[in-house]
Amino acid sequence: MEKEHIKILQTGHYELMQKIDLKAFREHNRQKPKGLVDKLMTEHDAVKKYINDGDYIATELYGTVRCPMSLVREVIRQGYKNLRMAGQGVLEMDMLAAARCFTQLDWTYIGLEVYGVSQNLRRAVESGHVTKVVEWSNAAIAWRFKAAAMGIPFLPISAMLGTDTMKYSSAKVIECPFTGQSLCVVPALVLDCGLIHVNRADKYGNCQIDGVSGFAMEMARASKNLIISAEEIVDTEEIRAHPDRTIIPYYVVDAVVHAPYGSHPGEMSGMYERDEEHIKNYFGISGDEEKVKNYLNEWVYRIDNHEDYVKQVGEARLNQLRLKA
Amino acid sequence: MTTDYKPNELLICLASRLMQDNTTAFIGTGIPMLAASLAQKVHAPNLITIFEFGGTGAILEKLPLAVGDMRTYNRALHAGGICDIMESAQRGFVEYGFLGGAQIDCYGNLNSTVIGNQEKPKVRLPGSGGGNDVGSLCWRTIMIMPHDTKRFVENVDFITTPGFLTGPGSREEAGLPDNTGPYRVVTSLGVMDFEEKSKRMRLISVNPGVTVDDVIKNTGFELLVADNVTENDPPSAKELRILREEVDKDKLYI
Repeated sequence: MEKEHIKILQTGHYELMQKIDLKAFREHNRQKPKGLVDKLMTEHDAVKKYINDGDYIATELYGTVRCPMSLVREVIRQGYKNLRMAGQGVLEMDMLAAARCFTQLDWTYIGLEVYGVSQNLRRAVESGHVTKVVEWSNAAIAWRFKAAAMGIPFLPISAMLGTDTMKYSSAKVIECPFTGQSLCVVPALVLDCGLIHVNRADKYGNCQIDGVSGFAMEMARASKNLIISAEEIVDTEEIRAHPDRTIIPYYVVDAVVHAPYGSHPGEMSGMYERDEEHIKNYFGISGDEEKVKNYLNEWVYRIDNHEDYVKQVGEARLNQLRLKA
Repeated sequence: MTTDYKPNELLICLASRLMQDNTTAFIGTGIPMLAASLAQKVHAPNLITIFEFGGTGAILEKLPLAVGDMRTYNRALHAGGICDIMESAQRGFVEYGFLGGAQIDCYGNLNSTVIGNQEKPKVRLPGSGGGNDVGSLCWRTIMIMPHDTKRFVENVDFITTPGFLTGPGSREEAGLPDNTGPYRVVTSLGVMDFEEKSKRMRLISVNPGVTVDDVIKNTGFELLVADNVTENDPPSAKELRILREEVDKDKLYI
């Protein structure tokens, strides 16, 4: 029988920023311990061990909502310079841009929501410090993680078609082999390291999230290395009592960091509200490079770890943010 | 009765009036959130709000500040994740999508990515976010924007979110779902629809005190004008009271 080919109708402008190597991903996953191993460590050790300069990393959910801010601050503190990142981001991406931690981006949305555009990111992109920006939609990035989570190289989708978002991406448009319709195919995105903040985890890495799960399920499973920060470290019996709530199972997790108020100044579902004063202040100064430097000094560089950060925010303020039962 | 109101308040009311009871609507940051909350309190108590990071069917007692925050699933029917939400839209479950942008053209194509060249941008904007998905997958998209010649342009610098692309049939040709696309554009000057045959933007109503000429002058492309252009009602006393005292009582937006 004559060989048939799938027709490629369009190819996005940019080369893939992260090669699709599912064989290596499978081998990597094969090496991960399948037994229950204590993965508790400090944010310093977790970041140092699992992120290398030049790596492709991403955070979940975003800046003001259940974002692993304590891990982001640790990445800045350790001075990474050439990271590649997938960006649905708010103040975490703005801070990483201000600290010049990354040079390449798979970009969907980076802004400050109601407070407008991200000034630090604008400076980083418009000045040419960020050398490569590849466009995607939010769903496309989530589906790229989903493809990787499924262990397959791409997923066909019905978004992005006909636009410049498609043209300036690394996606392709193909003719569906079954229906003949045009489909956008988005490539699997396997992260070198993923960073996710959760409500509770046990020391083995079984994680539960309250509220919306964003893209945590997909991203966790798309990560070669996965660092979890958790508001609470619970006994495994607590996990076993509600196993239906475990949305990230231990075996995909490499490090578990205890980080109460780890999402500050963002919010944490069911636990505390966002620190509007802190956020407003940051966005207010984010247009001024000097002031941003001072902010990073005050809240990141001069502080040794998240425990000291929490002390600096202060118990009184944190109690105000705490949701009343 | 005439009541003083701010331009933004009128915009919120106009968007709110387009939100119907017992429909699903994709809600983005800012004015759509206010409009949805107002609609739930005035005429559409069963408006099912959908937020991209997983909240479906929230009761908007407090105004969300972010599309994934706790308020987007306050007393909601479902708190899931972005894939489920976007896949539901892809399967045809989401009727309306509300969007904004920096530039729009006569076919309702939106730019929220870049002014200038994508590789060497003059101004880098926030990017698609869920905008492209909403404009691709919802049945009807409604754009909310300030109205001037900088925003209403002949050619957008970058098509972030698909409108009717290059005209009739072009969405279908690109592979986007059939019978979808821009439905209304709500602006500081009036409301536009898209003429059936040409898929071009058409003025159907003006805001109080605005003339058809004002709208044409503030549009950077040839705007079609409907035969009977009506005038939009100003915000009612009830709308204003609820908007100010309940929807945005902390004065975050207005």
